Amino acid sequence: MKTLYDKLWEEHHVTQLDSGESLLYIDRHYLHEVTSPQAFEGLSKKNLKPWRLEANIATPDHNVPTTRGNDFNSDQIKDEISKIQVVELDKNCNTFGIKQFDIKSTKQGIVHVIGPELGYTLPGMTIVCGDSHTSTHGALGCLAMGIGTSEVEHVLATQCLKVSKLKNMLVKFEGTPAENVSSKDIVLYFIGLIGTAGGTGYAIEFAGSYIEEISIESRMTICNMAIEAGAKVGLVAPDKTTISYVREKSFLDKEILEKAEDYWTTLKTDEEANFDNEIVIDVSKIKPQVTWGTSPEMVVNYDDEIPTPLNVSEDNKKNTELARKYMGINNESKLSDLTFDKVFIGSCTNSRIEDLRQAAEVVKGKTIADNIIEAIVVPGSGMVKEQAEMEGLDEVFKEAGFIWRDPGCSMCLGMNPDQLKPYERCASTSNRNFEGRQGYLGRTHLMSPIMAAYTAINGTVGEPS
Amino acid sequence: MKSNSEGLIINGIVSYIDRDNIDTDQIIPTEYLKSIKKFGYEDYLFDGWRYKDDGKLGIRKEDRDINEDFILNNKPYNESKILLTRDNFGCGSSREHAVWALRDFGIKAVIASSFGDIFYNNCFKNGVLPIKLEKDNIERLFNLVKKEAVEFSIELQQKIIFINDKDKINFKVDDHLINRIIFGLDDVDISLKEKDKIMHFERNRIISKPWIYADE
Repeated sequence: MKTLYDKLWEEHHVTQLDSGESLLYIDRHYLHEVTSPQAFEGLSKKNLKPWRLEANIATPDHNVPTTRGNDFNSDQIKDEISKIQVVELDKNCNTFGIKQFDIKSTKQGIVHVIGPELGYTLPGMTIVCGDSHTSTHGALGCLAMGIGTSEVEHVLATQCLKVSKLKNMLVKFEGTPAENVSSKDIVLYFIGLIGTAGGTGYAIEFAGSYIEEISIESRMTICNMAIEAGAKVGLVAPDKTTISYVREKSFLDKEILEKAEDYWTTLKTDEEANFDNEIVIDVSKIKPQVTWGTSPEMVVNYDDEIPTPLNVSEDNKKNTELARKYMGINNESKLSDLTFDKVFIGSCTNSRIEDLRQAAEVVKGKTIADNIIEAIVVPGSGMVKEQAEMEGLDEVFKEAGFIWRDPGCSMCLGMNPDQLKPYERCASTSNRNFEGRQGYLGRTHLMSPIMAAYTAINGTVGEPS
Repeated sequence: MKSNSEGLIINGIVSYIDRDNIDTDQIIPTEYLKSIKKFGYEDYLFDGWRYKDDGKLGIRKEDRDINEDFILNNKPYNESKILLTRDNFGCGSSREHAVWALRDFGIKAVIASSFGDIFYNNCFKNGVLPIKLEKDNIERLFNLVKKEAVEFSIELQQKIIFINDKDKINFKVDDHLINRIIFGLDDVDISLKEKDKIMHFERNRIISKPWIYADE
């Protein structure tokens, strides 16, 4: 009896090495400008070429400015150092012949957004990328994980990853969530429950009636943040929802697609399969979640008291104190006592069309609060941007006072011009609230697109209406 | 195989950061990931804690506002080879730059109660040894290093940390991982010895799962 992860592992298992590790065959390799240059350099030094060119898809996302407009090319990036990195990706893709959706392409975007929407991510694939949020692709039933730069070089050179098998964890989300509770709230709640190391060493399969009900986009948000619970791999078994999503995005011929679908429907955990760990969560009781500290596990219901060193366990006193200090939480007892400065809707966690629709619904006909000095919406890709504009969502945001941007990682991380200034407090739909993540001394509160949109209008968090 | 004699023992001052969940953004902030080089990250290690100002790639240490309270800025810890910390060290981003920064600073071993998965793997590819110890042992070591600056000696092949003349701790790590550090093995070279098996696997896969290989 096998789990889905076991089956995908076996399906891609090439050989076991003397060391006991395995060579796992990689179907798809995504590349971006930050973690690839040293890998290409290593490849050149060894005089090697990519093993299978077509497996690789590249796009620049981390460094790209989001105020590009039309006809922008890599040379126009103002930050000289960012420019070098993006130009280097252009050069490497040209030299080696790797397909790139470059900065000029209408299909450019965050690597984890474009892969699935362009039909390059297919169920049952092994997928790697030099980015920890590669777990996102698990939403389509892939064995997908983030890797380091040495491994990027290894995959380019050998089409394989040298790895040991992970343990299996099953997380079942059961029930129907309350209104205004989205998959972001569910996954934040889960991380709060098991902690940022709770999933270390595991591949987590997400299942249960809630997962069955939700869209691929929502599943991506959950699998995306598996790594925030410590798990390199998060995955959901392919079902009808998956297959109709893939049909819509795929460039495959009908005949070959049908053959593939027959196989994809077999990809599920056997009923009797054993997991090393199993958790069941009733999602009907989950309230909107907002982080208060400097780790995704420091999360509470939006209307709960913020933890103090006095009301946490001995182990957590120091972490709590340090986090409160960094976050500038003094006498405030609730998150709604804090005043926000910026709002960021975007990132590989929450920049897909469904996220933008949900946020637009909240802000429609309203105006952002006076204390919000900047609220930006950054679609995850050129395709998402185009779709949103077709639906008029850009106008909804702009009328409310948001700024509508071009695709990229943007304010999720401080590598491009979208950054927090010291001590600015941000309502963010991204995935990490680490110190300095959104800019030096910036203060990040993670939340859903619905709550971020509401925070923009209301000036602080609260019950979205 | 001949072992690299330097790789057998790690000897040096132990610095410590008494904190859980030190993520790779703290080990090296994103700003420095803009470099396209594999070396030269030593001055950016723990940048947010080590300096009182906001740094940019290329900035020299001499031009920074140094945080004198941070351990790595003080003698003898500025020459540490071993770092002691707590739970879940290296969680978060997959950036190998985090290991490069530790390596370039001169850290050859990190002792913690647990590590982020991707970081742990990245370490062995760059000659940095991550050592997992039980929490009570970590506590014991913290009590020791907080009293005074101490040197540990880590014997890689025997997998022993020699704390002082009387005290030692055995640690566990997979042989195939630690051998990579001891013998300086290169993964690509090892895997390419299996070239025929990979080609054979791929040929079968092209037939059984043709959609993987279809192009636009």
